[in-house]
Amino acid sequence: MSAVALAARDSGTMLRRNLKHAMGYPGATLGTLLVPIILLLMFVFLFGGTMAAGFGGSPRDYANYVVPGIIVLAITSGSVSTAVGVNMDMTEGIVDRFRTMAIAQSSVLTGHVVGGTLVTTAGALLLAAVGVLVGFRPIAGLLDWLAVIGMIAVAAFAITWISVALGLQARNPESASNIVLPVALLPILGGVFVRPESMPSGIRWFAQYQPFTPLIDTLRGLFFQSVPPHQALIAISWFVTIAVVGYFWARNRYRHRRAH
Amino acid sequence: MSIKTPGAIAVSGLRKSYDHVVLDGVSLDIPAGSVFALLGPNGAGKTTIVNILTTLIPADAGEIVVAGHDLVREPHAVRAAIGVTGQFSAVDNLLTGEENLLLMADLHHLAPQNRRNRTRDLLEQFGLTDIARKLAATYSGGMRRRLDLAMSLIGDPQVLFLDEPTTGLDPRSRRTVWQIIRELVSGGMTVFLTTQYLEEADHLASQIAVLDRGQIVAEGTPTQLKARIPGSHVRIVLADTTQLSVAAHILAAATVDHDQRTLTVPTSGDLDPLRSVLDRVSAAGLDVASLTVHTADLDDVFLALTGHDAASATQRKQSLTMEAAR
Repeated sequence: MSAVALAARDSGTMLRRNLKHAMGYPGATLGTLLVPIILLLMFVFLFGGTMAAGFGGSPRDYANYVVPGIIVLAITSGSVSTAVGVNMDMTEGIVDRFRTMAIAQSSVLTGHVVGGTLVTTAGALLLAAVGVLVGFRPIAGLLDWLAVIGMIAVAAFAITWISVALGLQARNPESASNIVLPVALLPILGGVFVRPESMPSGIRWFAQYQPFTPLIDTLRGLFFQSVPPHQALIAISWFVTIAVVGYFWARNRYRHRRAH
Repeated sequence: MSIKTPGAIAVSGLRKSYDHVVLDGVSLDIPAGSVFALLGPNGAGKTTIVNILTTLIPADAGEIVVAGHDLVREPHAVRAAIGVTGQFSAVDNLLTGEENLLLMADLHHLAPQNRRNRTRDLLEQFGLTDIARKLAATYSGGMRRRLDLAMSLIGDPQVLFLDEPTTGLDPRSRRTVWQIIRELVSGGMTVFLTTQYLEEADHLASQIAVLDRGQIVAEGTPTQLKARIPGSHVRIVLADTTQLSVAAHILAAATVDHDQRTLTVPTSGDLDPLRSVLDRVSAAGLDVASLTVHTADLDDVFLALTGHDAASATQRKQSLTMEAAR
């Protein structure tokens, strides 16, 4: 078997393994979506009236504003289960078995990344569906939706690579779940709940220049047919960069890390 | 030359250091189809040797050929020829026993009908059929070790590495694992196992090497090795020092420990010499506080071969670990 065919076949096997983990523990998989869902319900039903006033509209207008941000929060929430899963592989000894087998070694990480990206993208779309239930009414056409899914997948792919790297970096599963937490919560310091312009000056500067703000803006634009093209470009550049950094970091850690 | 024989392991001049020397010039020659036991206490370097021979960590120096393949030049070919059961369980806890085996079958690229058959056969061979659909996380230590072994065998390896395969198992599970290993060997597989127990090496291996502080200090068949160490002995603790002096006079072959009020009398382990010792003690009317019959174990091997006991080697490792931690 050629090296490429071997890598593809072993990656497929590892992907099935990771999806089986995700399917076998729907509680854990859906559990990561719990925080975004609670935040969504809180902000729409509890604070919706007040927030809407700040946007000069009805609570429904606020649902339309907040759901794209919550979708991004669902993407980053997936980072926790990815990092913990990778770390458990490293600390529980199974990785030593993989390392002594005649398999494409890259497949161990590829399986995690492809699996994580698929599960995270599906989770983000599920959040969009929950959003519709609470009053989110996008006016996007088919192409816009495809672009939305594409943007979500690109971001999920990048965040998964970073999560894999952090999972490899952490000493144990507990610390893996702790060190990805900043990644999971970072979108909140972007324009998830309120416009960055309304934030205090220091945070405003951070919110305007962090990677999740242009992503949220792009998704909002796609949902309501007013894409700011330069924001989409900035978002894509950010996540391609993050993916590349995560890839090299993870690859380096995988080569140097020993389980015991 | 055994080096060219498939299934053989040939190692010469193997060295490995971290902050201290772990392996200091180890050479081994293991013929195909044999069971080789590497015997030594914790910290002797056993796991480091296994980790190097199974491509997990690189050696600092040395020529290594496993299953006819040079370890440095052809690691992929070595991996294709070996099976490894490490000291720490390497099963996927979030999958069932059956799913674990199917995963291994897929990674060995078995054909679809073959992967099912192999999995079913191994589950049966290792007594796991009843719990095949249960998550590995729920398995006992013995079941987990059996699953671990089955996973190492699904690719029909030429050489099987077992790093302390029975450490932490109860006596019954230990016997089961021994039985499994003997069956594998009768099938022609080369087995490289490490152990802390002379009894285990004696029971399973055709060839034993004793590893101490990163060096091979003795090699041979179990019989050859046991012939080099003192056999069993009787330890007699006397009630007071006067009695000890009397006893030492009667049993001239004994070594005397005044602090412990203990006599150590070498015997062959047979009944008659033992009875003669007891008769003489009893005839002198000595007041014996305790008496134990001791058969040779790893401590004796170490004392005889290295001049220090296995425990002190372990302590040395602990002190090194503590130094490293500081």
